[in-house]
Parts: sequence; structure tokens; C-alpha cells
Amino acid sequence: MYGKRLRGLALTTCAALTLTLVAVLFWAPNDATEGFLQKIFYVHVPLAIVTLSGFIAGGLMAIQHLRTRDARWDVRSYVAIHISLVFGVGVLITGSIWAKGAWGHWWVWDEPTLVSFLLVMLLYATYQPLRFAIEDPDRQARAASVFAITAGVFVPICFTIVRLSSAYVHPRTLDNISGDLPGRMQVVFWMALASIGLLWLLLWRYEMASKHASAQLRRLRRLLSDDEDDAAPLRRSAAPTMTHAGSAR
Amino acid sequence: MSALRDGADERLETPAAAALRAPPTMRSVVGALLRKELRVELRTFESVPAMSLFSVTTYVLFHFGLQKDTVTGSLASGVLWVTLLFASVLGINRLFVADAEQGGFDGFLLSPADRSALLLAKALALFIYLLALELVAVPAFALLLLGSSLAAAMPGLLVVLALGNLGVAAIGTLVGALAVRTRARDLLGPLLSLPLLVPVVIGCALATTPLFAVPAGGLPLRWLLTLGLYDLVFAVIAFALFDFLLED
Amino acid sequence: MATLAAVELRGLTRRYGERVALAEVTVALEPGQTLAVLGPNGAGKTTLLRLLATLLRPHAGVARVLGHALPEESWAVRGRIGLLGHEPLLYRELSARENLAFHAALHGVGAGAAERLLAAVGMERRADEPLRTLSRGMVQRVAVCRALLHDPELLLLDEPRANLDPAASELVEPLLGRSSGRTRVIVSHDPAGVLAEADLVLGLVRGRVALLAPAAEVDGAALRELYR
Repeated sequence: MYGKRLRGLALTTCAALTLTLVAVLFWAPNDATEGFLQKIFYVHVPLAIVTLSGFIAGGLMAIQHLRTRDARWDVRSYVAIHISLVFGVGVLITGSIWAKGAWGHWWVWDEPTLVSFLLVMLLYATYQPLRFAIEDPDRQARAASVFAITAGVFVPICFTIVRLSSAYVHPRTLDNISGDLPGRMQVVFWMALASIGLLWLLLWRYEMASKHASAQLRRLRRLLSDDEDDAAPLRRSAAPTMTHAGSAR
Repeated sequence: MSALRDGADERLETPAAAALRAPPTMRSVVGALLRKELRVELRTFESVPAMSLFSVTTYVLFHFGLQKDTVTGSLASGVLWVTLLFASVLGINRLFVADAEQGGFDGFLLSPADRSALLLAKALALFIYLLALELVAVPAFALLLLGSSLAAAMPGLLVVLALGNLGVAAIGTLVGALAVRTRARDLLGPLLSLPLLVPVVIGCALATTPLFAVPAGGLPLRWLLTLGLYDLVFAVIAFALFDFLLED
Repeated sequence: MATLAAVELRGLTRRYGERVALAEVTVALEPGQTLAVLGPNGAGKTTLLRLLATLLRPHAGVARVLGHALPEESWAVRGRIGLLGHEPLLYRELSARENLAFHAALHGVGAGAAERLLAAVGMERRADEPLRTLSRGMVQRVAVCRALLHDPELLLLDEPRANLDPAASELVEPLLGRSSGRTRVIVSHDPAGVLAEADLVLGLVRGRVALLAPAAEVDGAALRELYR
């Protein structure tokens, strides 16, 4: 079900990424003060935007899970958050590199976006340990959804409050993401955003397809072997599985 | 409905009465839950003494860690709120433990009482524990570390404490319920609640910094507003999601 | 429009992840009757009981208790069901009286019922001591009071006589036994003992119905087959 348009999506994503890479390296202007290193901005910021959107998407999917009690929404939510976590690590690393290049330190407190990001990542880093600590799959899914919704609401609020406090504590605000980018930089930025967004979507669909296939396989094995316990060993796991007909009403 | 039974005089009401009985009011249920909560706490002293002792010990740690005899302004704010935060986390961890271990959830879920009553009662209990904690922690702070006048900071400080407590109560109850039926509850409780409580610390610390400054300044309203809004948002979230955590 | 059956299950299924805890369980129980649920360990007996108690939701199938569909109308039946399981569901630091007063408030029931029940199980004299000072048997007696406090029409019992000495069992019998007139579902590991007081027998093996027959028709051979 999820594998259908995967190839098309993969090709589009590869094309977009390649095009963007070329644009970043050869077409985008070099920044006067920061030089070549500034180009990491085209990776860092789209990654950040996609990561945060992914977390919020995970929260929205979790809302659907609690509303419909369909376990598939929980799997979707898990995969969304899981992939966003990986992207998020990328944000912190690229952000650190950029900070070192631009301001000479691996970490700066007066960049409120970076600080908020760290806080959000610290919160989401507990998602998988939380899931792993609950054995009952039904309860695990519900607890995870409650967490995903709470954390999803936390994201925008956290950014707002940290930004407010940063303005208060460090009067000099470094606001380099808002829209006053010169023409070419803007185009490349949007290209980068689109490509990384596509990459997220691709990875999400890929993992969903993989989970779906494994679940089908297990189900077939169960049907063939006549023994319920054979194909589904009870291993503790943080990852939800796709049961065929959804969860409790 | 039912066929007649022997020993019917053992029955306490007519069979239909149970079906017609009105569900208990929110107020009576929350009252009963809160009374039970406080009674158990008063008999076991599991939460409040530990939290209070912890806060005093933490002041000593700060004294040695920061190598300062007194703190004022933003440093005072920071020390006070971080200490209160960590002490609160101890309370959050213990909040649902008795229920989880003694079948309290089942007992409650089997009754026709509104699920939100448990949320309300637990949040109120946590709020009360935090007040008890602050009755010890704030004077201790003034005694041990505070370089400015507590009296000058007082009315403003009470407002900030109230708003901070509300935030901790709302988030703490939600996180406590989330963490309690897991295998690593003592670890997950702090891990989940601390990031969510950082904005509360931000708001409280920035609100009290001028109060602890020498000379003392006024209470910045913007942070009170921020705190209030944050509390409101998460109180609503807790209210909406709590029921899902209670089910088995 | 309430149906006549006290408990009606059709194709009831409950999963545990990818495994099945209960599969296609179908049974109907008339008011006032007693259903004995038997089966080896892990058969799903406790799951079934908890589902009837509205503590668990069905994943598929139909479940109607006292005329109401679960889980949509769970709220309507909660005050009319009494569960007595392995856990007493009481707070150790509180006394019997305090525990019962607490549960009475949760159910919206007056305090008088608690007093009468405490007297009926012979616990009136020690009703003010914290439960942690009482023996397991005494705590079980208080648990019986808790289960009956709101005068439920349907009793869900999991080994009700565990931890009770013969004297206590006798005291408890008119409250929990057949003579109480309540509809009962009893899970037991003592098949021979429970057969005597059951009308209908449901045997579960690995979550599926292996035996469903009136108690009179169930003999030793059928039981041995069930536990094989």
C-alpha cells in the first residue's frame, strides 16, 4: 500500500537534492562576511523547518490515533517523530558547525532558535525510551500519542518563549531566517526546503512501506503455521507494528 | 428484571435502584479523592518532607558550587527556581505511585465518577505539596543565600510562586500519569517533565530577577502573562489527554 | 430498549499487539445466572473479566453488559458491576472504614451500606485500623465489602474465596454466592468446586472458546480435555 509511488518519489527527491546541491555550490552567492561556510545555512535551516514540521505532524497523527483508535495512525506518528529526530540531530550538528564558523564557538546561547531546538530535542529524545518502557502495545501506543500531542504543542510555545526571553536577556537579536534574503539566496533556499521536505516524505513512506510489509509477512506466517505464538515472539520493543485491522474501538 | 432470589434481605437496595442512582457530583468525587490523597501523604510522609529536605541540601550545594555566600538579582532567581524545580520533580515522581501499586486506578475506573476528577484532585494535591515545600524552601533560601530583602520581594514573589505552582501542577500531573505505569518510572518522570517545565522556569526566573535585585524593582507583568498563558495551555492539554492515560 | 440477557458477547476479540488474547468469544448469560470461566493459565480468563468490568475495550465483536454496549455505554454500567479480583483495590494506609467511605463517595452511595457490609463480614471491630496491620484474609473480607458497596447487579469474581478461611468463606457466601440473587461471572482454578454453583460453563484455551455448555452437562472428561 505504501510502496506504490515510492519509486517516483525517490527519483523526484534525488533529482531535487542534486539540483539544489548544484545550486548551492555554484549558483548561490558567497556571503561577504562568512564566506563559503555560510552555505551550510541552506542545509541547516530547511532541516530545522522540516524537523519541526515533522514533530508537529507526528502530533497531529497522534490526535487522529486517539480519536479513531486505529493503530495505523500510531505507526505513522511514530515514524514521523522517529525520522524527525534523526533530522534534528542533523540540525544540531550543522547549527554547531555554522556557529563555530560564524561566531567562533561551537555553541551560542544568544541564538534563540538553536536553544529552543536543543530543548525540543531533549524532550523528543525521551519518546523512544518512553515507548520502550511500556510493554502492553495498546497502552504504549496511547501513552506515546499523549506524549506526541503534548510535545507537539510544546514546540511552537517553546520557540516563542525562548525568543521572548532571549530578546530580554540578549538585546542584540540575531534574526537571520526571516524573509529579507536577496533574490538568488531566496530561490536556493526554497529549493533546499523543498528537497529536504521531499527527503523527509520519502523516508517516511519508505519506513511505512517496510513496516507494512513486515506485518504482512508475519501475518502470513501465522496463518500458515497454525500456531499463534510462532510468528510473533513477544520481544519488548519501542516500535509499534502494523496490526491488520487497527486497534480498540 | 432479575428472578427472585433467596437471601434477598441481604440486598441493600432494590435492584433497579442501582441503575437509577445519580452519578456522584464532580465536587464530591474530587473532595473524596483529595481527602484520600492527603490522608495517605500525612500517614506516610512520602513526598513533602523529602522535597523540603532536598531543597535545603541543594542550597548548600549551590553555596559550594557557586562559591558564593549571598546571591542577588538573576543569580538569586536562578538558584531559587532551579532548586524548586528539582524538588518538584521528586513530588511528581511520587504522585501516582501509591495508586499504581495498590490498585488505585482500577478502583477509580470501576466507579461511575468522571475521569477528570482524578486529574483535578491530583493536580490540587500536587499544588498543596508545592505550597508546603515552599513554606520551607523560601524562608530557607532567604536565610542561607539570599542577599536582598525577602520582605521587599514578598507580594510579587507570592504571585510568581502561585503561577509557577499551577504550571508544575498541570504538567506534573500529566507527566506523572504518563510515567507511572512504565518500567523506568523514576527516570522517565524527570526526563519528561524537565523540558516541559523549562518555560515555567524561564517565566518565573525572569519575573523574580528584579524582585531580588538590589535595589528591588517592580514585577514585570509580561512574564506573569506568559506564565499564565503557558499554565492555561497545558492545563487544557492535561484535561483533554488525561483520560487516555488511565485506561488499561 | 434493554435486552433480556445480563451479559451478551458475540465474536468478542481482544488483541495484545499482534497476538490474540481473546478471539471470537460468544456467550450469553441470563440475569441471576452464574457463569463459570475455566481454562489453563494464559487462556484469557482475566482479560475477559476485565473486559466485562469495562477496564478493557474490545478490539472487535459485540459486548453488551446489562443491556448496554461496551465500550460506548461503559459509563452507564460502571455503577452496576462489582469486581473482586486478586488485588483488593484498597489503600493499605487507610482503615477499612476510610477505604469504604472513599469508594462510597466514588460511587455516589451513602455511608450506611458500608457499615452493614462490615458487620456482615465480621469486620466491624477492626474497621478503624490501617489495612496494612490486618491479615490477608481480613483484607479480602474488606475487599468483598468494597465490591458490594454499590449493590451491583453483576458480580465479576476472580477466585473469590482465595485467602479466606472457612469461617470467613461462610460469612461471605450469602453476599457473593448463588443465594445473593446477583448475576455472576466467576473465574476459578478449581473447576470441580465452581461447577457446583454454576449454571453455565465457558472454557477458554488460548483465548478461544473450547467449551460452552450448561454446568449440568459438563463432566470430568470434558474438564480434563480442557486442561490438557
